Amino acid sequence: MTAAAIEVRGLEKSYGELAVLRGVDLEVPRGRIVALLGANGAGKTTLVRVLATLLRADAGAASVAGHDVATAAPDVREALSLTGQFAAVDEILTGRENLVMVARLRRLPDAGATADALLARLGLAEAAHRRVGTWSGGMRRRLDIAMSLVGEPEVIVLDEPTTGLDPQARLEVWAAVRELADAGTTVLLTTQHLEEAERLADRIAILHEGRILVDGTLAELKALLPPATVEYVEKQPTLEEVFLAVVGGGERS
Amino acid sequence: MTAIADTRILTGRSLRHIARSPDTIITTALMPIAFMLLFVYVLGGAIDAGAGRYVDYLLPGILVITIASGVSYTAFRLFLDLQGGMVERFRSMPIARASVLWAHVLTSLVATLISVAVVVAVALAMGFRSGAGIGAWLAVAGILALLTLALTWLAVIPGLTASSPDGASAFAYPLILLPFISSAFVPTAGMPGPVRWFAEHQPVTAIADAIRALLTQEPVGADLWVALGWCVAILGVAYGVATAVYRRRMA
Ligand SMILES: Nc1ncnc2c1ncn2[C@@H]1O[C@H](COP(=O)(O)OP(=O)(O)OP(=O)(O)O)[C@@H](O)[C@H]1O
Ligand SMILES: [Mg+2]
Repeated sequence: MTAAAIEVRGLEKSYGELAVLRGVDLEVPRGRIVALLGANGAGKTTLVRVLATLLRADAGAASVAGHDVATAAPDVREALSLTGQFAAVDEILTGRENLVMVARLRRLPDAGATADALLARLGLAEAAHRRVGTWSGGMRRRLDIAMSLVGEPEVIVLDEPTTGLDPQARLEVWAAVRELADAGTTVLLTTQHLEEAERLADRIAILHEGRILVDGTLAELKALLPPATVEYVEKQPTLEEVFLAVVGGGERS
Repeated sequence: MTAIADTRILTGRSLRHIARSPDTIITTALMPIAFMLLFVYVLGGAIDAGAGRYVDYLLPGILVITIASGVSYTAFRLFLDLQGGMVERFRSMPIARASVLWAHVLTSLVATLISVAVVVAVALAMGFRSGAGIGAWLAVAGILALLTLALTWLAVIPGLTASSPDGASAFAYPLILLPFISSAFVPTAGMPGPVRWFAEHQPVTAIADAIRALLTQEPVGADLWVALGWCVAILGVAYGVATAVYRRRMA
């Protein structure tokens, strides 16, 4: 077994003429949070789908927890859990039924208790017995993430987990992600929010034109820029801070 | 066996869908019931289908229509699962991949056979009677179940390939029309040459004749084997194509 939880070497993937991934190299160390940054259409989802064995790469290799995605797909599916870019939840079932179903599919001994714990953890306990069809987008997103946490897989991949969430729900998701990492889970998340990457990730990788342009800690990335000049400015609160102050939320971690 | 356990869990899920929107079972039964009313009370007087009650003659073909309209919901439900990302979610989990399709197929079997029972109940209210014994009824149930299974696998193909929900269920229209060019409503003897040839060589005629013979306690003869042959052939081809499409679509 290799040291890295995810290892990607020279990965290539085209859709017809469109070469989306053109030799991606990426390493995600065990127990770390790595953020994959990239513009719309950069290929983040494509890369993530290859890692989740939903898509076959044209060339190169990728492994998850030491299992090759092409030759040992069942082991990869055992080790990795994906929350896709768009919430995939059963709208006709209740939130709890969704989680119980996943827990049973993962053969957990006490599916009901697992479901209840996750509902509480993501702030969904109140809505647990309502059909998901009646839930808000943010609640569905959190349920979607909860469904990936069932069974505590070694590696969790989140494709834009906080897109469409209000600031408070975003903080809850961030807290949940940090908790995962503290418990030793490896997390790869894609995002377009620079702040999210900054606040959450141990390492940041930037995907651009089919390759990983840079990959390092925030400090390493900042060191790539020319040294900052010191200026004195009045610090304005960010809109997010204002919003949270007004609605009375705030960081609950 | 993990594949069987996975299929059981996923079948439980889609049966719950049906239980929460039982209207699909009613809608499935509605059109065949309308045809039955129309043919028995409006057109039946003008149709010469031999001695005996016309509703007894008609019911087997109506049941075929019920099955065709029932399986179109399967295509619809599968399409929604694909579009909503549930199929991807299941496929990224450590479960038997075939269980996703089998769950839809088994659910279709249950839902469609409930619709069939509803239609039979209405037929009984309209005066349908059969003196057939338990063995003949079991044989009829077996043929209907086999046909449902075959047409469900056929429905999986548009469910996987359609680009809109309407497209997914539209494939059923030809299946619903097929009984009209068969012995289901009128005996083939009165049809003009080429139509008659088609009617006598398409599956609905053999299936309807076999079921009718069983229910009216007449000798079934070769029809039974032709009917079963059609069902098994459709099942085999549809299953092969459906699973190949599923594998390719997901590669
Ligand atoms: N199935 C497909 N067939 C053809 N082209 C595709 C397919 N899936 C993605 N693409 C194209 O590949 C490119 C990369 O898509 P991808 O979804 O991986 O980007 P992304 O980085 O996740 O973008 P976003 O931030 O918008 O989610 C895009 O140009 C997209 O149009
Ligand atoms: Mg994407």
